[in-house]
Amino acid sequence: MLDALIQGILLGGYYAILAAGLSLMFGVLRFINLAHGDLAILGAYLVLFGVERLGLSPWLAVLAVLPVMATLGWLLQGMLFARTMRGGFLLPLLTTFGLGAVLQNGMFGLFGSDAKSLGNSIGSLSWDSWQLPFDISLGKLPVITFVIAVIVLAGLQLLLSYTRLGRAIRATSADPEAAELVGVDAATVHRAAAAIAVALAGLAGAFLAMRAVIGPYSGPAQLIFAFEAVVIGGIGSLWGTLIGGIILGVSQSLGSLLSPQWFQLAGHTLFLGVLGARLYLNHAASRGGLRLNLKGAR
Amino acid sequence: MSLLSVENLVARHGLLTAVQSFSFAVEPGEVVAIVGANGAGKTTLFRAIAGVHAAASGVIRFAGVDVTALPPHKRVAAGIAMVPEGRRLFPDMTVSENLRIAGENGRRGDWSLATVLDALPQLRPLVGVPAGQLSGGQRQAVAIGRALMSNPSLLLLDEVSLGLSPIAVESLYETLAVLKASGETTMIVVEQDLDRALGFADRVICMLEGKTALEGSAAALTRPQIAAAYFGLGAEAGKVH
Repeated sequence: MLDALIQGILLGGYYAILAAGLSLMFGVLRFINLAHGDLAILGAYLVLFGVERLGLSPWLAVLAVLPVMATLGWLLQGMLFARTMRGGFLLPLLTTFGLGAVLQNGMFGLFGSDAKSLGNSIGSLSWDSWQLPFDISLGKLPVITFVIAVIVLAGLQLLLSYTRLGRAIRATSADPEAAELVGVDAATVHRAAAAIAVALAGLAGAFLAMRAVIGPYSGPAQLIFAFEAVVIGGIGSLWGTLIGGIILGVSQSLGSLLSPQWFQLAGHTLFLGVLGARLYLNHAASRGGLRLNLKGAR
Repeated sequence: MSLLSVENLVARHGLLTAVQSFSFAVEPGEVVAIVGANGAGKTTLFRAIAGVHAAASGVIRFAGVDVTALPPHKRVAAGIAMVPEGRRLFPDMTVSENLRIAGENGRRGDWSLATVLDALPQLRPLVGVPAGQLSGGQRQAVAIGRALMSNPSLLLLDEVSLGLSPIAVESLYETLAVLKASGETTMIVVEQDLDRALGFADRVICMLEGKTALEGSAAALTRPQIAAAYFGLGAEAGKVH
């Protein structure tokens, strides 16, 4: 039980990295990138390519892939998303949905359908653990993932709070036109935000490939997890994605104690519960608050 | 050479032509007030000059350079700043962040956080407060300070006193009077209060249905003349006399 709880919390670190990019993109660009999971898998395949074909060490390959993914995000925003954003809120959704299909089938064509993993390349790290009292074993890889998630979120927080780019991102996110009127090049800020988001997706994908096996069609499931973490933690809140990721990870981990199917089912059920509660509370608030609403129902 | 010259500008909202073949020029250091009823095209004209509303045709020249096709942030870099209608501050950011963001993305010049706070001392105790928590007058002061931070040579002030208390309006115009006296910043203001407009500006343009209904120096124009132009009664008024 306690073991499952700890594994769940650590799993939340992975979800937080995955969800942070999705959340940043939604916060600044105001659309949900349905290709986020597929971009994560692409990042994982690029790391695998670096390790297997170029002979890089896994961590070096991750470092090398981050700027590649950031460039991809920059170009996608500049050449694709920026145009579709002018067509209303539905068009970016459809575009990223299509992009996801292109990525999935492109990866299938390039890398084949074999399930792959970085697990073999990181040596004993895949199974190494620290033994704690009460028979708890703390996997080194999940701990590293969690620590990097906290570093990534803290770094993003510092970037947004204290840098010129961060201020420009926050201003553009609040009011793109007013940001332009104070001299901010909103299009460049949008590209920068997309670059950070896609790089984060790639980082998450690398961690996924280290602890599990991936295939070209693994992306959509990851997108759903990221989406659930964002919604549970609160949309647009950076640390909320970590909380949301942890809650999702814990519920999955505890669910898997019941049976293997409950790993997914518990997460999805919790997500639906939180979403339902949010909608109900919003609805109640717009009609004078929960208590008044309950009284009226009686 | 005029600092700003607008030639045959046309700007539309869908089928509605808000600005119809509008032309005017502003000299360096001049203060121009634009008056007119709601829907006369004042705000659309401002938005077209600032670059956030695309001109359907016509030319906008700033310091001799055609800026008609430039995006808004490049016009800020060239020296045009607008205080938009409704202030449009970034509500989650503090007053000092609102000011700094304009400073670090605008032109270099004499205006800095320190000099802006000297000019608008009422903002000094508020620098750490999120802009969303301020009163209307405070927000307008921040919006003016934010525009100044980008060191504009042309300042566009839309609806300066709309929704503000008389005391707040008084305090803002004291600040603007100091700015005018320095002679370095050319200003175009949209002002609904006719006495304010006549008292503050060198020249008044009255807009009606996207065109100039009346134009003249603030000293020469009379209230009845402007009122007639404002309501489009010019021709009828002429017939009566």
